[in-house]
Amino acid sequence: MSPLDLLLEPLQYDFMVRAIVTTVIAAVVCALLSCWLVLVGWSLMGDAVSHAVLPGVVLAYVLGAPFAVGALVFGFLAVALIGAIRGTSRVKEDAAIGIVFTTLFALGLVLISVTPSQTDLNHIIFGNILGVSEADLVQIAVLAAIAFAVLVVKRRDLTLYAFDPMHAHAIGLSPRFLGALLLGLLALTAVVALQVVGVILVVAMLIIPGATAYLLTDRFGRMLVIAPVMSALCSVLGIYLSYWLDAASGGLVVIVQGAAFAVVYLFAPRHGLLGKRLTAGRRRAAARPGAL
Amino acid sequence: MTGTIEVDDVVVRYGEVLALDGVSLSVRPGRVTGLIGMNGSGKSTLFKTIMGIVRPEQGRVLVDGGEPAAARRRGLVGYVPQSEEVDWAFPVSVRDVVMMGRYGRLGLTRRARPADHAAVADALERVELTGYADRQIGRLSGGQRKRAFVARGIAQDARVLLLDEPFAGVDKRSEATIVRLLRELADDGRTVLVSTHDLHALPRLADEAALLLRRVLFHGEVPEALRPENLARTFGLEEGVA
Repeated sequence: MSPLDLLLEPLQYDFMVRAIVTTVIAAVVCALLSCWLVLVGWSLMGDAVSHAVLPGVVLAYVLGAPFAVGALVFGFLAVALIGAIRGTSRVKEDAAIGIVFTTLFALGLVLISVTPSQTDLNHIIFGNILGVSEADLVQIAVLAAIAFAVLVVKRRDLTLYAFDPMHAHAIGLSPRFLGALLLGLLALTAVVALQVVGVILVVAMLIIPGATAYLLTDRFGRMLVIAPVMSALCSVLGIYLSYWLDAASGGLVVIVQGAAFAVVYLFAPRHGLLGKRLTAGRRRAAARPGAL
Repeated sequence: MTGTIEVDDVVVRYGEVLALDGVSLSVRPGRVTGLIGMNGSGKSTLFKTIMGIVRPEQGRVLVDGGEPAAARRRGLVGYVPQSEEVDWAFPVSVRDVVMMGRYGRLGLTRRARPADHAAVADALERVELTGYADRQIGRLSGGQRKRAFVARGIAQDARVLLLDEPFAGVDKRSEATIVRLLRELADDGRTVLVSTHDLHALPRLADEAALLLRRVLFHGEVPEALRPENLARTFGLEEGVA
């Protein structure tokens, strides 16, 4: 079989085409958002919110409401509860996050177990990228487009918020609003990505691309290009691998992203573990008189 | 003259801890005012109260004769943070940071116009960082980092500049540059309030000084502020206090 066949054969199936389109959409939006999450230091919060949306999504399914609405409500509920516990007791933030998101996630699991449904709600937990319907794809595309548009329009404000919320406040912007906006986008994006990799692994798509891009550049503008491109390529590669290996697609999408991070972690020119030394060595060699 | 700061009988409490206990202070434009106090004396809290980040449980703050929120919306208030408050590994360039001073006057997406690029270039030139504009902010020396944030306040055209410990971790040469810069900004008619525990720079830097220990112990001329009995009270060295 030629390499081209390796690429083309899966595409004769509609479900594979839908899977790849959905994955690319989710990967791009998650990767964009992840650039801010890793810089604000909200990786743990991303983990919490992406798990805590589960009961919201299940309730939305039961009530026939859009998944995004349920996710937003429970995303904000989780954050409010975490803040309340941290602010009114001696429990520290990491413990508060752990308590709230696991409890809400567990509530989601219980709700799934008592909800009769035609579609398997367990797909929300583990993702079901190969089972994405036309209607699912449309919903994902709409939510992703909203998140994408807001992120692009407000990107400079969000970067200012991440870098210096005091200055944002000093010039009359509201850091609280910008933080809430970022949280809302987080809940929205979690819904987009849970079809692809499931609730449990969403956080990978919300952290790894931004962290990877951060090791590759000192320019935030470039992070916003590198992260989505890398994430989309890795995710598509993951889908292909799952087709050829007949293994879990969500898991492979995340493994490929993690592998890409490992390579960058080691070999990134300026911020990589080994790359740093290689670059320095090359510079020394170039500086030696008589070197080419 | 615009840009006065009026702090009137302000009390701020964090839980059980009394951070400010009836602070009254009037800061005038065209002058550099030094705010002197040891760690925990309430300097940062006072700045946060002037900026409206911390709400006093008693008393009030007026900036330019009105509510601090109104002054902020008009872009009057510029802030230079302490070094520890900044993530120096953040992927922004010096130019990006200075441009953030212009955001208040930009539209929805904060897209810079030619006038904004010109203002940023002017500000960078004024703090002598023109050649460093494209560097990542953390790849500057301590003094250059401070100057970058002062440039942000200049690009903002802030009438009131609040600087929290601008001399911490700054070499002597940069300190002299920053002192000269702040003097020029005051001569422009701006209000410059500088918190510091660097008493050596004070006579060259400030026109007047306020001594803070949860309340204002003294506010007046610098030589008088530096008298041993005043400093002893400010730094808690008075007998029977420690």
